[in-house]
Amino acid sequence: MSTNASEGRAAVRDRAAESPWSLLRRWEAILLVFLGIVFVINSNATPYFLNIYNLADSTFNFSEKAIIALPMALVIIARDIDISVASIIALSSMLMGLAAEAGLGVPGLVVVGLATGATAGAFNGFLIAGLGLPAIVVTIGTFTLFRGIAFVALGDGAVTQYPAGLAYFGQGYIGGLIPFEFVLFLVLAVIFGVVLHMTVIGRRIYAIGNNPVAARFTGIRVDRYRFVLFCLTGLMSGLAAVLLTSRIGSTRPNIALGWELEIITMVVLGGVSILGGIGTILGVVIAVLLVGMVTFGFGLLNVPGIIMTVFIGSLLIVTISIPVVIQAVRVRAAARASSRR
Amino acid sequence: MNPAALLATVTGRREPALALLIVLLLVLIGLRAPFFITLDSFEGVLTDTSILMMLAVAEMLVILTRGIDLSLAANVALTGMAMALLSQAYPDLPVIAYVVGAMLFGAGLGAFNGFFVAVVGLPPIVVTLGTLSMFRGLVFVLSGGAWVNKHEMSVTYQTFPMNRFLGLPHLLWIAIIVIPLMWVFMRHTKAGRSLYAIGGNPQAARYVGVPVAARLFMAYALAGLIAGLSGYLWTARFAIAYTEIAIGLELVVIAACVIGGVSIAGGVGTIPGAVLGALFLGIIANALPVMGWSPFWKQAISGAIILVAVVVNSRSERRKGKIIVRRAEEHPR
Repeated sequence: MSTNASEGRAAVRDRAAESPWSLLRRWEAILLVFLGIVFVINSNATPYFLNIYNLADSTFNFSEKAIIALPMALVIIARDIDISVASIIALSSMLMGLAAEAGLGVPGLVVVGLATGATAGAFNGFLIAGLGLPAIVVTIGTFTLFRGIAFVALGDGAVTQYPAGLAYFGQGYIGGLIPFEFVLFLVLAVIFGVVLHMTVIGRRIYAIGNNPVAARFTGIRVDRYRFVLFCLTGLMSGLAAVLLTSRIGSTRPNIALGWELEIITMVVLGGVSILGGIGTILGVVIAVLLVGMVTFGFGLLNVPGIIMTVFIGSLLIVTISIPVVIQAVRVRAAARASSRR
Repeated sequence: MNPAALLATVTGRREPALALLIVLLLVLIGLRAPFFITLDSFEGVLTDTSILMMLAVAEMLVILTRGIDLSLAANVALTGMAMALLSQAYPDLPVIAYVVGAMLFGAGLGAFNGFFVAVVGLPPIVVTLGTLSMFRGLVFVLSGGAWVNKHEMSVTYQTFPMNRFLGLPHLLWIAIIVIPLMWVFMRHTKAGRSLYAIGGNPQAARYVGVPVAARLFMAYALAGLIAGLSGYLWTARFAIAYTEIAIGLELVVIAACVIGGVSIAGGVGTIPGAVLGALFLGIIANALPVMGWSPFWKQAISGAIILVAVVVNSRSERRKGKIIVRRAEEHPR
């Protein structure tokens, strides 16, 4: 046993330096390996994969989902969940459509989209943090309600008359190469990463996720944080609605159907524990790229998107099993070693 | 007993209150459209809701244990497709082969969930999110993306659910058999009761000798079995099988449970509650066209009802337990 001279009985020792082995066992490393494998397989399978223009354009397929995955990661780290995100997109896009038909200009439409999202998120937040109702049930309710309102307003119709200026957000490029959406996602990812990993706000989100009751006793305004996180998720869903509406130029009530589970899959695949308290933005970003590249590669190979879901589903279960199985094997090995002694 | 006390007893418990609400709803609909309140119409609504009622019961088993099964609807689609293809390949099979085959196939899919939840110890929401994608995708793989249409299924396969026995369709008979059977199982067998114990307090359940892993596994497999049976019934009743069957139904089923008073925190819920919750949603879906409202209202109304149910649930749950227990229960996940 090694003790420093200065170490008293109550001292807390620094964590031992991580060995390269433990670095490899980190979630992000596992994901990076998977991402590398996907790159190698895809570029061997088709010559169109490693084309800078194709790669850049492939980001259109996942940027909107990725933008919601960021606040979703925070919500899940804080031990909540939001099932209603895709329905918020439908609600925001519907109101944008009605506003466009009423003749609102581009800035107005963006404001409508964002404000609707934030309001819908605040409604979730009020029910969950304000009234203390379980997040999963509340957001299953608003998942049904928000899209239901879009259905009531639009029926089987669609809005397709958007001003031409709106197209830039979802279709424009920066520097003629990289889609605006993707750049926006990267910028937001950096902001979310800094806030989560380098500020007291982030530390508090982890604290809430690890133990909400203890977090409250340390003086963190747990319910206010949870409320804000739901507002933020709503706002980002509103942003995604602006981008998506701009990209496809039309609104139907079934817009973004089923996205909520895809987004949660990305977040969990990114190493965020569904039990709260664990996860990094980097992991989520790698998982988003992984899912995006698999989709893109399969698309180039003419594999139907639905087969991709089998792959993503298996990937989710396999990656999440790995640490658990490793742990179980080590415990069993340790038990065997101690019984032999 | 005076009327006020009677009312308090009736509304104080979930199932009578919900039943009362359903009767009230029926009266309101009946004022506008009297033909909705006929035995024929009731039979139609019940038959239409049979599958949702059975799935709500299946989901309840899992939610009781503090879990959740998001893959039930995908299980319906996959098992339905498997049975439809079976009927296409072997048109001469008797109906019992499809029924038993669907239950075994569905139970197998449920057991897959159960293995990862109970044996490996992964969070149920993640496992079933994964299997939701897998099962749904496998429907496509299995069928090669093709639909199995009415003329490709054997006649025995597709006519069974709506054929009548003693005046009622088989589909309704199956619900009438399955639901009471599950009620007896949950109320009067050790295995059924243990699901409540696990949901109430998993540690305590283990200390009193409940084989927690085995019972969890059982809950998922049993839920899968019911979903599989529903899969056959669904494809046979509508005489079609394709990839998107029952898409999005997983959340409707959970909503039915929530309306029926099943607590997402585990340990609280009854079979009649879950069934009534499903019936409530079924009546609304069937009543809208009768009332002359656009069917597009269905989802918005369901959503509002779910939210009201959540608030009501939390009120009734809050009453019991000491403060310290309550605090712990407020953060179940």
